[in-house]
Amino acid sequence: MSLVLDTLSIMAICAGAFFFFAGTVGLLRFPDALSRLHALTKADNLGLGLVVLGLLPRTGSLLASLKLVAVWALIQLAGATAAQLIARAARRKGPAP
Amino acid sequence: MSVLQALDIGLAALVLAVAVWTIFAREAFAAVVGYVAYGLLLSIVWVRLFAVDVALTEAAIGSGVTGVLLIGAAARLREAENAAADEQPSEPQRFWASFLCVLVTLALARVVLSLPDPAPTLAPEAAQKLAGTGLGNPITAVLIAFRSFDTMLEKVVLVLAVVGVWSLAPDCYWGGAPGAPRAARPESTLAFLAQLLPPFGILIGIHIFWVGADEPGGAFQGGAILAAMWMITMMARLTEAPPVSSIWLRLALIAGPAVFLATGVAGVAMASGFFAYPAGFAKPLILFIKAFMTLSIAVTLPMLVAGPPRRLPRR
Repeated sequence: MSLVLDTLSIMAICAGAFFFFAGTVGLLRFPDALSRLHALTKADNLGLGLVVLGLLPRTGSLLASLKLVAVWALIQLAGATAAQLIARAARRKGPAP
Repeated sequence: MSVLQALDIGLAALVLAVAVWTIFAREAFAAVVGYVAYGLLLSIVWVRLFAVDVALTEAAIGSGVTGVLLIGAAARLREAENAAADEQPSEPQRFWASFLCVLVTLALARVVLSLPDPAPTLAPEAAQKLAGTGLGNPITAVLIAFRSFDTMLEKVVLVLAVVGVWSLAPDCYWGGAPGAPRAARPESTLAFLAQLLPPFGILIGIHIFWVGADEPGGAFQGGAILAAMWMITMMARLTEAPPVSSIWLRLALIAGPAVFLATGVAGVAMASGFFAYPAGFAKPLILFIKAFMTLSIAVTLPMLVAGPPRRLPRR
């Protein structure tokens, strides 16, 4: 049982790390602000979500697991709002020269 | 070299790189963004040094509140910055500026390198006396019991900072409210966050204040989270700052240091001396003081961010 959980943990955390990597590559390589934001928010919600999922079996207590999920949910909220605000500011300013 | 060591070296290199980038950034706004990133990285460094209390404070105050203050300052300085960019400092001026900076850096490096190793420590004594306070978190015991007078003066400094900000008000606005008035139609995205987040934020802020007695956390960290909740509702323009003449605002600002000082003076009569707590009552007294300090911090930080009064007082 513990072997199955460990394998699940490793797989989920590796997948999360991949999303962070892809998000960073997108942030550095994409041409304009809106598509860079698009790449970044994927790292935030999917990458962090998968890392949290991978850490859940390792917390050992229900309260700690709930805290991790709460951290993920709060970052979702803050990240989505910040992305909206940046996108709105970028659109108002027009495309960069 | 273990994986953790490699991570630590990478982290240190990253902190240095961000610090250098912040110094070389041409625009004030970019430098502020670099500074905030630097603060967040530094809080990870504190976690790696097992100083979670310091990490929380660094993230909340060093990066968060200071970041907001600096962004506000950068926005106000934008015009002056554009004007200053046109005039280049002369060669000797630049030489002497860089010479002085290098000199200060060398002096600091010399001092750090000449520190005794191992560093002198009071940690064993503090841990030994911890039981007397009834607390589980040695950081809180040091802050509120062993060096309580310093902590009280730090809170007084915060009140003085608010007095300094308010004294920048033009005469006609004195007694008015700082910041923007409530908006008839707040911007929807920010208003959504500012309506959804505060219930959770207030709960988390009070939780962090409460667990501070036994685990990492405390008045400063909890108060900073409460302050952030008030700031975000003001930024979304769902609420407006109270006028600086408000008696409730002023009482809340000084409640923390005042209660702290009163308890300290009461120690002369009730316990063995100034800022001494009577045996057996240390923990309830400390939590009592910390509750008022949390309130004061939660009011002081938004008032610092809101700035000097900018609206005419109501007659």
